[in-house]
Amino acid sequence: MPRQTPLNAAHRKLGGKMVDFAGWDLPVQYTSVISEHEAVRTAAGLFDVSHMGEIEFAGKGALESANALITNDLTRAVDGQALYSGLLNDQGGFVDDVVVYRFSPERIFFCVNASNREKDFAWMKSRARGVVPRDRGDEFAQLAVQGPKAAGIVQRLTKVDVSKAKVGTYRFTQGQVAGVECIISRTGYTGEDGFELYCPPGGAEKLWWALLEEGKADGLKPTGLGARDSLRTEMKFALYGNDIDDTHTPLDAGLGWIVKLENHDFIGADVLRRQKAQGLTRKLVGFETTEPGIPRPHYPILKDGKPVGEVTSGTMGPSVKKAIGIGYVPLALAPEGSTFHVEMRGRLVAARVVKTPFYNPA
Amino acid sequence: MADYPKNLKYTKDHEWARKAGAAVVIGVTFHAQEALGDVVYVELPKLGATVTAGKAFGVIESTKAVSELFAPISGKVVKVNDTLTADPQTVNHDPYQAGWIIEVEPSDAKQYDALLEPGAYEALLKEAAR
Repeated sequence: MPRQTPLNAAHRKLGGKMVDFAGWDLPVQYTSVISEHEAVRTAAGLFDVSHMGEIEFAGKGALESANALITNDLTRAVDGQALYSGLLNDQGGFVDDVVVYRFSPERIFFCVNASNREKDFAWMKSRARGVVPRDRGDEFAQLAVQGPKAAGIVQRLTKVDVSKAKVGTYRFTQGQVAGVECIISRTGYTGEDGFELYCPPGGAEKLWWALLEEGKADGLKPTGLGARDSLRTEMKFALYGNDIDDTHTPLDAGLGWIVKLENHDFIGADVLRRQKAQGLTRKLVGFETTEPGIPRPHYPILKDGKPVGEVTSGTMGPSVKKAIGIGYVPLALAPEGSTFHVEMRGRLVAARVVKTPFYNPA
Repeated sequence: MADYPKNLKYTKDHEWARKAGAAVVIGVTFHAQEALGDVVYVELPKLGATVTAGKAFGVIESTKAVSELFAPISGKVVKVNDTLTADPQTVNHDPYQAGWIIEVEPSDAKQYDALLEPGAYEALLKEAAR
């Protein structure tokens, strides 16, 4: 039996089409993926992301303990700032991609992928020096409100000033939203402005319905996993298990910006230093098809008839209105404008590397 | 609302078939389009291609999944619905009329008669939902 989030009854009441996702019973859509996707781009969407895991380092030396596990550098952040980061194995491959919150040097909080929660926690526990991490996943539900109208909706439900001047992108604060105590984080997985709200499971339903009600006039829609995937694909945001995994490094994945090697040692750093010195052999690129056909994960990428890579994500982008894909290709095929073929059920479909993100939010 | 017109025949693979003179028009059912979600791509066979009853003749993709289209009957493709290339969501909005997929000249007239009646198809859906 898949696990249920505190919002399971709410999803069913709203007619959500439920699927098993990473062992969780979650809605893939309520009405239609495309209409929910468009709501997020033009108004706002509300997502249940309570399946995400939370792991905390608390106590003296928390920052140092956590920092030695991640590619990004918490010493360069301020309190109230979140960092997107890699959590790497000894070979430099991703154990997971995570968002790390710096509450203070004594309290560091990780948001991790649902599918990796147990693995991440076991990894951190076995490799952390100093402070011992704690799995707090059961203590939090998480709701994401995303879209151009999202911030206004959240602001009307809280006394906390969540203006961009106070809570900028990848900054967070705490306070009550709709009477529910939350971590209010200006982060997300859609490319749009908005918040991710972490709250106690018992408060999740109250917060959910309050947001839906408050956002109704703005066009806020409950939004399922289908749109979450098409939205993130249009941004070329990596999905663990598709675009990144334990055999790919952040440099392979084009995520050099989350790797801080200067005065920062972490698990996998040596491998990345070596890889940087020797040069990459492959790269994760975004491409569009120039003939009809939608790229899907695991479709082979061919150049001159020879397999050279594999599609890791692909969809018909509802906002870009094009078939788009993400995949690893040899470095020679990574520059914008490079062409290759994607094999779709035995048929070769021409594709071209394009600039990413595929979609640029207004 | 779910709708299964009485003048059509059906298959367990969720296609429908309708007689149009000597030819047979083929599409997917209301249930099929609902299960697929937003249709974003339909790979159509070429005119003149041969299709075989029970075998895949094309592909239909939604935002979520890739599914094969199965021919209810054998025959030769005499028309394809090219409008689906530009507007595949027609399959969602109007699965029985504007969202038809191909028209086939049957090689064996008896195959059409053997397809499921609307009542039998709906009973099959009810069974599957249980």
